[in-house]
Amino acid sequence: MKHCLWLLCLIALPSWSVIDGHKYPFQDPEDAARFEQLAEDLRCPKCQNQNLADSNAPVAADLRDKVYELMQEGKSDDEVVTYLVDRYGDFVRYKPPFRLDTLLLWGGPALLLLFGILLLALLRRQQAQPVAELSAEERARLEALKSSLDEENK
Amino acid sequence: MNRLLLFIPLVIFALMGLVFWVGLGIEDKTSLPSPLIGKPFPEFELGVVEDGRTLTTKDLQGRPALVNVWATWCPTCKAEHAFLNELAEQGIRIIGINYKDDVMKARDWLKAYGNPYAYNLSDPQGKLGLELGVYGAPETFLIDSEGIIRGKHIGDLNPVVWESLGKQFGEMQ
Repeated sequence: MKHCLWLLCLIALPSWSVIDGHKYPFQDPEDAARFEQLAEDLRCPKCQNQNLADSNAPVAADLRDKVYELMQEGKSDDEVVTYLVDRYGDFVRYKPPFRLDTLLLWGGPALLLLFGILLLALLRRQQAQPVAELSAEERARLEALKSSLDEENK
Repeated sequence: MNRLLLFIPLVIFALMGLVFWVGLGIEDKTSLPSPLIGKPFPEFELGVVEDGRTLTTKDLQGRPALVNVWATWCPTCKAEHAFLNELAEQGIRIIGINYKDDVMKARDWLKAYGNPYAYNLSDPQGKLGLELGVYGAPETFLIDSEGIIRGKHIGDLNPVVWESLGKQFGEMQ
């Protein structure tokens, strides 16, 4: 019973998410985990390849605060991402959306794979074709060469 | 025929090399396309650096303008300031957003280097900056007389940049 009470105390503690020395308190540990995931998945617009969690650029801190604020307002993950994309563009997402202008990006690898398979199949088929029979003259020459080789090896 | 097939990988390699060489060369990694182009200027209600009165989004409308995001802590803003003064002398309406800055410092700056701005909106916490997708000062937006964002330039304004930007601005008049 005592142990259970202790466990209950642990559950009741608010969760903290700490990024770059800033504390973001959450009532629900699940929300803290969501916040950390969002900070991992969103890209800092100022930096070429750092996410919001890793970057210490001032704009990354501002965006983290905004994500926190939006989450406190009860916004879902999708709503938070949409909010930032509406202002900063698709650059803030590591996962580009599937659209007409990103078709090559998404479809390109599959297309290349298909091309490779086709090429391989074509080459294999050519290799599998039976070799033409030797003519009588060629066979005679082959025999002569074989016997001369045998002579040398003796 | 068979021999020619052997060259296919080389051709693919050459094509991909060309695509990447051209593609990566073109990409300007420091300026990102803004999703705000064609959209109305975000809503705001902010104090003016010069006299403290409060303005809203409606006050932007009426005439096309450049909206220049700057700060006293930003060295490139200082570099472009003289050119902004020139543009203002040509009668171009420039509205400033004093981004994440201190009003007193901003006033001193304007006194020292001249004031090309019709007025400056004070955005000490960068809230309007965030609405505008600002990630580094200076940034300049082109807005038309309806207050719709028509263009954006990241980095300093100078005669070279103004050649194309100014043309676009002229067409909005």
